[in-house]
Amino acid sequence: MTTVFGIPIQALFSQLLVGLINGSFYALLSLGLAIIFGLLNVINFCHGALYMLGALLAWLMLEHAGIGYWPALILSPLAVGLFGALIERTMLKRLRGLDPLYGLLLTFGLALVIQGVARNYFGVSGEPYDIPPQLTGGKNLGFMYLPNYRGWVILVSVLLCTLTWFVTERTRLGSYLRAATENPLLVQAFGINVPRLITITYGLGVALAAFAGVMAAPIYRVSPLMGADLIIVVFAVVVIGGMGSIFGSIVTGFALGVIEGLTKVFYPEASSTVVFVIMAIVLLVKPAGLFGRTT
Amino acid sequence: MRIASRLLALVVALPVVALAQGKTIKIGVLNDQSGLYADLGGQGSVTAAKMAAEEFGNKVAGMPIEIVFADHQNKPDIGSSIATKWYDVDGVDAIVDVPNSGVALAIAKITADKNKVFIDSGAATSDLTGKACTPNTVHWTYDTWSLANGTGKEVVKAGGDTWFFLVADYAFGKALERDTSAVVTANGGKVLGSVSHPLNASDFSSFLLQAQSSKAKIIGLANAGGDTINSIKAASEFGIVQGGQKLAGLLVFITDVHALGLKAANGLQLTSAFYWDRDDKTRAWSKKFAARFNGREPSMVQAGVYAGVMHYLKAVQALKSKDDGKAVVAKMKALPTDDPAFGKGTIRADGRKIHPMYLYEVKKPAESKGPWDYYKQIKEIPADQAFRPLDKGECPLVTAAKK
Repeated sequence: MTTVFGIPIQALFSQLLVGLINGSFYALLSLGLAIIFGLLNVINFCHGALYMLGALLAWLMLEHAGIGYWPALILSPLAVGLFGALIERTMLKRLRGLDPLYGLLLTFGLALVIQGVARNYFGVSGEPYDIPPQLTGGKNLGFMYLPNYRGWVILVSVLLCTLTWFVTERTRLGSYLRAATENPLLVQAFGINVPRLITITYGLGVALAAFAGVMAAPIYRVSPLMGADLIIVVFAVVVIGGMGSIFGSIVTGFALGVIEGLTKVFYPEASSTVVFVIMAIVLLVKPAGLFGRTT
Repeated sequence: MRIASRLLALVVALPVVALAQGKTIKIGVLNDQSGLYADLGGQGSVTAAKMAAEEFGNKVAGMPIEIVFADHQNKPDIGSSIATKWYDVDGVDAIVDVPNSGVALAIAKITADKNKVFIDSGAATSDLTGKACTPNTVHWTYDTWSLANGTGKEVVKAGGDTWFFLVADYAFGKALERDTSAVVTANGGKVLGSVSHPLNASDFSSFLLQAQSSKAKIIGLANAGGDTINSIKAASEFGIVQGGQKLAGLLVFITDVHALGLKAANGLQLTSAFYWDRDDKTRAWSKKFAARFNGREPSMVQAGVYAGVMHYLKAVQALKSKDDGKAVVAKMKALPTDDPAFGKGTIRADGRKIHPMYLYEVKKPAESKGPWDYYKQIKEIPADQAFRPLDKGECPLVTAAKK
């Protein structure tokens, strides 16, 4: 058997693929964060909590209303998106123009509240959520057994990331959004409703998080802490990619998933820290992040 | 001036502390209240301790009983500082529960230094009654040796003679791996390798793929709580079991099975000291517990907290004093134990509580009559075989007594 650094090449391939799956979640989450930071200048610390809320809603719908995975994939992000719009309208809006630190503190507080309430009602062990019947089973790829559902996660996440990038960079709506970030007053003078645009953006950003949450529900447990465990890594991804860079956050998300996967082969004990080591190095060499603009 | 004010503070503070220590029995439940081990202990352990106190009418030897609790967040430094404050300032007499072997080992040492009482239920490491034993520690519910001896031995006997371990990377995982490896090799099996993962890892697919490529017949999960749940879930997803390899959950709590669902967990063999549906006494007690705790059945850790506090209070009652921790623990060892959760038992010289252990298999969804009806008993491991023999533990208390 061919080996690389003493690891069979097959094992290496399968680890790369597993890394890519984790990277999908990093990319989906960091994408939402990047959009929100890029357009609203808000460091959205409740992103993880809203990701958890997305998964929890999907579970609640299944448990109490019999609504399955597919409708939940639409309904749950919609509900969380509306909730996000409410947060923006009632709270974040008041902090516009202030130091981004205020937004960070507000959203961090919100995250603690949301998680605390969920923990109080659902405990921490989490609730099981089954893989939808259409996606159970898996395929033998020769070097590894790929569960269908994980393949689906990679596929959807790549599609969604491309779509989001396309909308913000290549469409009229996207150009309004980007213009509104640069100079809100001027854009408003052209007759565009900037506050509404911002509310929609925030809603979309957190809806992405909820979507990732529903995608994650069958893989991980639906647990109140699922977001808290992930959010710090995702923030590292955003920082490495460059705050606010949409393209950067997508690429970095997938890349870091792969690097983390490889670490699990060569030195598993370090797998939870490797992302932060990379972050420290990137910050030293390129403080604005790999794809960030220095302003 | 400064010295004078400090002296004054001391004079004022001293009687208060003495007063607090003299009048009430304070029992501190120290465990994970918010993290991956919160469901198997957490507030449930606090409820269990309160139930024990209430059976004494909240009063022993004329002293009212007070139950306090705190969250050690699975960090030995935080646990230690809470314990020190409890003992020195708040007048706590005994600390109970303390899951997480890393924290438990730290608390055992502090408790011995301050001559208080430590009744552990949640932690697994057999070192608590081995190398790290103290005259102030009682280890109630289970330990890594008894788990290895239960699940490990049975699995090897059933033909699972090659093993690969998934190990939680701290004191508990290492101890469980060590004790199980010993059982596996002693019974003619072979350990092919192991991989250590960080505590509270979110994704186990990568570690499981390594276990898969080892071609071992059995993948031993030397982890607990949320980590075990995620390992089992990922294993069923990646077709590890269909591929012919079997999982052996070395430490599985009923709360884990509840979170996994029977569909993912069925067929899993596990060793437990307590199951709510074992006999009439456990059912009656568990019913009382569930009525106070959102309908959730108690885990073996919570049952152990209840039984441990009961026995502690019995010892205090017999002594009519709580001040000398060493004397209280000696009394606990002298008195036979009897409670609805574990039945009759004893506490050995090294602090090990002795009772039977049980090997269970998780039911298939069709066999279960409703929520929490999860286990069927395969075998009872009698009390005299369930725990490590007294002379094999290297506990200084035992070796010193012999000389």
